[in-house]
Parts: sequence; C-alpha cells; structure tokens
Amino acid sequence: MEATLIIFIHIAYLVAAILFIVGIKLLGKAPTARKGNGLSMLAMLIAIVATLAYQQVLSYTEIAITVLLASSIGVFAGRKVAMTAMPEMIALLNGFGGLASAFVSMSQYWRLTQETNQGIPAVMGITVALSVLIGAVTFSGSMVAFGKLRGIINGRAVVFAGQHLMNGLLLIGAVVLSVFMIVDAASSVWVISMLALALLLGILAVIPIGGADMPVVIALLNSYTGVAAAATGFVLENQVLIITGALVGTAGLILTQIMCKAMNRSLKNVVLGGFGQTASTAEDESGDIVIKEVGVEESAMLFDAVSSVIIVPGYGMAVAQAQHIVRELSEQLEKRGISVKFAIHPVAGRMPGHMNVLLAEANIPYDKLVEMERINDEFAQTDIALIIGANDVVNPAAKTNPSSPIFGMPVLDVEKAQTVIVCKRSMNAGYAGIENELFGYPNCLMLFGDAKATITEVVGELKGMD
Amino acid sequence: MTADTLIILLYIVVLSGFIGFELISKIPPTLHTPLLSATNAIAGVTIVGALLASGAMGWSVSKMLGIAALFLATINVVSGYVVTDRMLQMFKKKK
Repeated sequence: MEATLIIFIHIAYLVAAILFIVGIKLLGKAPTARKGNGLSMLAMLIAIVATLAYQQVLSYTEIAITVLLASSIGVFAGRKVAMTAMPEMIALLNGFGGLASAFVSMSQYWRLTQETNQGIPAVMGITVALSVLIGAVTFSGSMVAFGKLRGIINGRAVVFAGQHLMNGLLLIGAVVLSVFMIVDAASSVWVISMLALALLLGILAVIPIGGADMPVVIALLNSYTGVAAAATGFVLENQVLIITGALVGTAGLILTQIMCKAMNRSLKNVVLGGFGQTASTAEDESGDIVIKEVGVEESAMLFDAVSSVIIVPGYGMAVAQAQHIVRELSEQLEKRGISVKFAIHPVAGRMPGHMNVLLAEANIPYDKLVEMERINDEFAQTDIALIIGANDVVNPAAKTNPSSPIFGMPVLDVEKAQTVIVCKRSMNAGYAGIENELFGYPNCLMLFGDAKATITEVVGELKGMD
Repeated sequence: MTADTLIILLYIVVLSGFIGFELISKIPPTLHTPLLSATNAIAGVTIVGALLASGAMGWSVSKMLGIAALFLATINVVSGYVVTDRMLQMFKKKK
C-alpha cells in the first residue's frame, strides 16, 4: 500500500515538473503569459497536494493554520502592492523563499543529529551546509536590497577597506563550519554559527552595491533562491525541488546577464560593488552647461506641428504617477495623426522590464513599447523625443566621454531627434549620480516641473487648440 | 544517499538547468518583470520541503523550523503568483 502511494506521489511530482516547464514556456509570450502563470500555479498545487499524501505528514491542523494565515497575508500583499514598488516586493519574497529553504534543510539536519541522534552522511551534510549558506545569504542580502530600494538604508554604495578580504574570509569560515557540521554533528553550535555567518555574509555582500545596480542584484538573488531550493531538494532527495530550483536558478542567472549587458558592466564588477561613488568628481567638469528652458504652452505648440514623437519614460515618470496622463498625451497626439512610440531602455525603472509593467498599468498597449535596439535607428527620423523622468539611459556621455562612469553603457540615441524635450523636476543628477551633458545640447529643451503637473498642462493646452 | 542516487539527482539538476536556459533566453524584455516574479513564486516550491519538515506530530525544534519555513514559503508562493497574475492581466494589445 505504502509503496503504491509513493509511486503515485512521484507521478504527481513528474506531472508538476512538466507543468512548471510548460508554464514557463507560455510565460515567454505576452498573449499566453497569463495562462502560463496559471499552469505554474496548478503545478504548485499538485506538488503540494501530493506531498500532503506522504504518510509522515500528519500534523494537518498546524499546517492548515500556518498556510491559511500565510496565504491571507500573501494575497493581501500581492493585491495591494503598487506597481512602482515591485522591485521591493520581489526582493522581500526572494528573501522569504531563501530563508524557507535554509530552514527546511536545518530542520532535517536537526531532526537527524539532535533529535534522533543518527548523525549525518557526508553528502547530505554538504547539501545542508550549501542550502543554509545560500538560503541565508539570499535572505539577508534581499533585506538589504529591500532597504536600499525603499530608502531605509542609504542607497549609495557603502565601501570600506578590506571589504572583499573580509567576505573571502567569511566564505572560508563557511567551508570550515560545514566540515564541523558533518564531523561533529552531535553539537548544534556549528549549524547555528553557519546560519549566523551566512546572514552576515549576505549583508556584507549587498551593502557595497549601489542603488543603480539593484536590478542586477534582484535578478541574481532570484537565481540564488532557485539554487537554495535545489540544494534543499538534494537534502530531501526530492526531484520536484531539484528540477524547479534549477529552472529558477538558470532563469535568474540569464536575466542577470542581460541586465549586466544593458549596463555594460561585468557581473564581477557589479558584485564587487562601489559603483555610484564617483558622482562628485563627474559634477565638476560639467558645471558650465548652458541650458534652454521651454514652457508648457510652447511645448504644446511644438507637439502640434510635428508628425512623429518618441516618448522616453523613466522611473521619474512613475514616481510622479504620470503614466496615466502620459497615455492621455499619446492619445491626444495620435488624434492629430502624429505617430507616437515609447522607447524602453532595458534598465528603465528599477528592475528588468519594470517600465513595461508601469506603462501596461496605465493601459498603454504593449505593442507601442519598442526596445532600445529596435528604436535607436528611428530617432534620426523623429521630430520630437520627449524624455520624462529618465536621465542616465539617455546620457550621451556613455558614448562620448571615456572618463564617465557609465561610458560604454548602451543608451537611447535621443539627441539624434530633431528636437529633444526633457521633462524633469530639476537639474539634479540621475539615480547613478552622474551629470547629463545632453541638457546642454543645442537641440535640447528643458521643461522643468513635476512630470504629472507639467504633462497635464501640456495636454490641457493641446485640447485647447482644437 | 547512495552514490547512484546522487548521480541521478546531479543529472536532473544539470538537465533542468539546460531546459531553464533554453526557455528563458527567448523571453522578450517586455515580460522580464512578470517572469522574475513568476520564477520567484516557483522558487517557493521549497514549500514542499517545508510541508515534510512540519509534518510530524507533537512539537520539536525541527518541526518549528518546518512551520517557520512553511509560513515564509507560503507567503512567497501565494504573493508571487497573485502579483504576477495582476501584472499579466494589464498587458494588452491595441484594440
């Protein structure tokens, strides 16, 4: 009876694994993405129900209470979170997933070594150590990333002498502790030290990484949660954990690579940190930029007379909650027969693909959003490039100034448009803390003010012209 | 864990990694945020381990760790899927 039950559980796991894979595949295309997410949910449900059928799972009351409580928190948070806060949300959830994996492995270790005194086989000991290490690093690292994104912790890179040496020593310490965890399994001090050390390492690893690099960090931490889950799968010899963990691990890694490429940085360079420190030196040389201002009325008249506009949205637009009025602007322009497109830089926003979500929320159809590589050639034939709350991703210094910290980063060629209008709150530097020489270009006009208020006025002027 | 089991599990992890690579590298940047939040929810599959760890009757340290893991993993899974669905619902083509 029990043997048949276990076969059934394993078949259910297999079905779940297949559904996870198909789900991710469908997630890759916008029209089927929602269905893909649904399949993935179904897969999770199957895996959970199958696990509950295990005969060792008996404490249904405690499980039900925990799951109910956590689910209501989960549903509430998932429904309420603002789309602008998505990076923080994902950082937080990454952290939870990582810590959960670490706890599961610790629980198994504790049961074997402390409660039943069986000791621990070497292979399992190694996987427990790995899972605790990666899971806990993910947790504390994610909490730091969350703090930086929320502004609770200073978003700038925090660097101090001997930082990398210290992290290296902590890693060696982790290896030593994992040896003791296996050899001296009767003593619980080793696994607890391992947890503490890993938590410290996670904090120290993310602290030196500046706020502008957070998209990369989030993708990387996402990859870690997958690896932690896979390591936990080795501890429990559970295939569904291993398969899905590995899927998520590689997914995060690929996204990390894409992000690095978009910022022209190597992963090593991002992880070692310190970026966003050199801001003050860059400011000195560009202090004598001469800018031209433009008013709301004049902007509206400019728009009225052209035939093509490319809007370049940045995170500043989202912060000002200007997405909806920007959509109205694009509708107003289209009513006049003007072609309107949105140029999306791969790192626009605070995480990969963030800007697409923010614009989708404002009901801007996704086929109007054009990726950088496909739109860069179009700027030369465009009358107006309207930049709203974006800065670093349109900085020509990335192409012209080898001493700029962002030199070599792929940017949008907005300066090739006939006229560039920059809607910006003030002359402050962008998120990466770098001055933008674009503002001094002869074809660049500055439209100062809060994005929402200013664009609202422009739309009002346009309507008034009808 | 026997050497045979270990080898088989290693095969599984390597092959799954390749599948992940093939699946993800084709996904357009438009969908990267929902993809991140979906894979984030999927990584919550550790909930399976948490259920096993918290399944015993009575109270012990290992079970408390299991319950804590179950709590965290459930929030991870539920919130991750809810938020992904919310985002994907908003992606619309021009009518």
